[in-house]
Amino acid sequence: MRKFITGNHAVAEAVRLCRTQLVAAYPITPQTPIYEKLSDWEAAGELGGHMMRTESEHSAMAACLSASLAGIRTFTATSSQGLALMHEMLHFASGCRTAVVMCCVNRTMAAPWAFWSDQTDSLSQRDTGWIQIYCENNQEALDSVIQAFRVAEQVLLPCMVVIEANFISHFMEPVEVPSQRRVDSFLPQINIPKRFELENPGFAVPVVSQAQYQRYRKLSQEAMAYALEVIEEVDQEFGDTFGRHYGFVEEVGTEGAELVLVTTATITSTARVVIERLRQEGHKIGLVKIRVFRPFPVQTLKKTLDSAPKIAVIDRNISLGREGIFCSELKAGLINASARAHVQGYLAGIGGTNVSPSLIERIVKDALSREDIVDEPIWIAEENSC
Amino acid sequence: MLVQDSAQPEEIMRPGHAACPGCGVAIGMRMVLRALGKRAVVVVVPSCVAVISGPYPHAAFEIPMFHSAFEIAAPTAAAIACALKVQGKDDIPVLTFAGDGGTFDIGLQSLSGAADRNEDFIYVCMDNEAYMNTGIQVSSATPQYAWTGTSPRGNVRGKKQIMEIMAAHRIPYAATACIGFPEDLQMKVKKARTIRGTRFLHLLSPCPTGWKMEEHMAPKVAVAAVETNIFPLYEVVDGLHYTINYVSKSLPVETYLNMQGRFSHLNREEIQAIQLEADRAWAVLKGKTNNKV
Repeated sequence: MRKFITGNHAVAEAVRLCRTQLVAAYPITPQTPIYEKLSDWEAAGELGGHMMRTESEHSAMAACLSASLAGIRTFTATSSQGLALMHEMLHFASGCRTAVVMCCVNRTMAAPWAFWSDQTDSLSQRDTGWIQIYCENNQEALDSVIQAFRVAEQVLLPCMVVIEANFISHFMEPVEVPSQRRVDSFLPQINIPKRFELENPGFAVPVVSQAQYQRYRKLSQEAMAYALEVIEEVDQEFGDTFGRHYGFVEEVGTEGAELVLVTTATITSTARVVIERLRQEGHKIGLVKIRVFRPFPVQTLKKTLDSAPKIAVIDRNISLGREGIFCSELKAGLINASARAHVQGYLAGIGGTNVSPSLIERIVKDALSREDIVDEPIWIAEENSC
Repeated sequence: MLVQDSAQPEEIMRPGHAACPGCGVAIGMRMVLRALGKRAVVVVVPSCVAVISGPYPHAAFEIPMFHSAFEIAAPTAAAIACALKVQGKDDIPVLTFAGDGGTFDIGLQSLSGAADRNEDFIYVCMDNEAYMNTGIQVSSATPQYAWTGTSPRGNVRGKKQIMEIMAAHRIPYAATACIGFPEDLQMKVKKARTIRGTRFLHLLSPCPTGWKMEEHMAPKVAVAAVETNIFPLYEVVDGLHYTINYVSKSLPVETYLNMQGRFSHLNREEIQAIQLEADRAWAVLKGKTNNKV
C-alpha cells in the first residue's frame, strides 16, 4: 500500500511489520515520533510486541541486548546525545553477538545545542562493532529496517539503520508499505540462540583471558566479513521480493567520468539532480552513493572508483582535527588500489545546513579545476552560513 | 520447616568459586540461590558477585547466568523476564545480584526506572558497604566513619537509606536480610518468588577483607549488625506496610564496631554518634511497623 508518510513513520511501519517482540526506548528529538507511533499502535492493540519505556537510552539498549540474548526480536531508536549515552552498551551488544536493530536519526552532537542533521553522532560509533546502513529517503529507511533484521539475525551482529534529522525523519514522501504477508515470507520468525535455557545452563559473557579476548575479537571481525556476504544476499532477495534493492554502494554514470562525486544519505538525492544536468551539458561527472559503512565495502569501492581520475567526497560530518569521516575511510580503502586515487574532501551540510544544487555545483567546479589535492577538507557553504 | 529446608537444600553453587576466604557475599549468594531453586535465570553485574561466579571456562553456579554491565542489573533482568514471557515461560523467575556500588551508586537510575515500571524480577543487593571488587573504596553504602581506601580518615557521610528509596517506589516487596539469619533470608527469597513485579532484597554481606576482620567473622558480625540495630531485619509491602521480622537484643553498637578493623580508629564521640543514630533509626522503624515491637 502506498502511503504519504514521514521517514520516522516509515521506520515505525517496518518495525511493526517485522513483528518486533520488544521495543525499548526513550524520547529524544528527532527520533521521538517513531516511539510515539509505536506507542499509538500498542495502545490500539495493533503492535503485537511489548514496549518498555525505559528511563534512559542506556537502559533501552541494555534491555534490547539482554532480550536479544534471550532470543527475541528487539528494536530501539535514538539520536545524538542518546546514542552517545548508549555508547558503552553498543560495544556490549556487538561483543556478545546480539541481533538488536536500531534506528539512529542523525542529529548534531552538543555542544552547542542543535537539532539538525549531522552524521557525526552515528559515525562516532564506528568502532562499536555495529553494522551501519545510511539511508537516502523514506522508502529506503523502511526497506533497510526490514533488511536489517534479516542480516542481524543471520550474522549475529547488531545493525544500525541511519536516517537524517528532518530531511528524512520529518519530511513526508510517498512510501510503498508492503503487506504483512510479504514481509512474513521475507523475514521468518526469529531463530537465534537462546542463551538462558534451563536445560542447558551456561554463564554468558564471563571474564576471559587475553588470548580468549583476542580470539573473540577475531571472530567478530570474521562475522563482519560474513556480514558483507549476507547484506548482499539479503538485498538481492529483497529486490526479488519487493522490486527494490540498494547495494553497498550505488553508481550513477561513473564509467568514463572525469570526476566522481561520493555522497551519502540525502545529499545524494540533490547530487543526482545536479549530475544529470551537468551530464546533459556534456560534463563527464559520475556519482557514487555509499550506503553500507560498516562493514566498509572496500572491494566494491575499489572496483567502482579505481578508474576515476578525480574523486570528490562530500561529508556532512567531521572528525575534528582531521576531516570528513567518509573521506578518510574512502582514502584508506583505496590506498592499495592499482591506480593512485586523487581524493579531495569537502565538508558541506555540517550542522544540518542546506546543501543546495548550486552548492554541489560549486564543489564540482572546484574539484574539476583543482590542480593539487589538499590534505585538509574544504568547507563549502552557502554565503553567510559559515 | 524452614530450618529443614536450609539444612537439606538443593545446592546450586558449586565448589571452587572465586571468592576470598570467608566471603559474606559468597555465603549470601549460596543461601539465596538454594532458596530460589534451579528453575530461574540469574543476572550478575561487575562486583564481587561477578568475580565469585568464575572466570571462563569456570562457572560457579549450575543455572543459566548472564554477566551484564555494571549499571544495568535492573533493566537486564527486566528485559530477560519480558523475553521469557514472550516465549511463554513466564513461570521462570529472573533474579539479579548487584553490589552496593551497582545499586546505591551507578545502578540507582536504572533500578529506579525498572522499579517505577514495576518490572518483574527479584533484585538482590549484596551490600558489603564499599567497592570491594576494585580494592576497598568508599560507596554511598559505606557507613559513617568507616575506613576505606578512599576514605582513609573515615567516611564523612552516612549510609544512604536505600530501603526508603525503594519503598518510595511503592514496589510490591522490599526486605532487608543478612547472612547471620539464614532462615529469615531464605524465607524472604521464597516469599519474593511468590510475588510478581519488582522485589528488592537488601542483603548485608560482610567482607572480611574490606572490613578488616578474620576470615571466620562474616556470619558473626552479620548477627551483631542485627542485634545492635545497625541493620534491622524488616519487610516493606507495597512501600507502605512495614513488618519487623526479628526483635533484636539492642546490644550496644560497640559490640558490632569492635569486631571490625575498619572502625578501630573511632573515638568515644564517634561511637556515641553511631549509637544515637542506631537508636533513632530503630525508633523511626518501629514507628512505621504494623506489628508491636
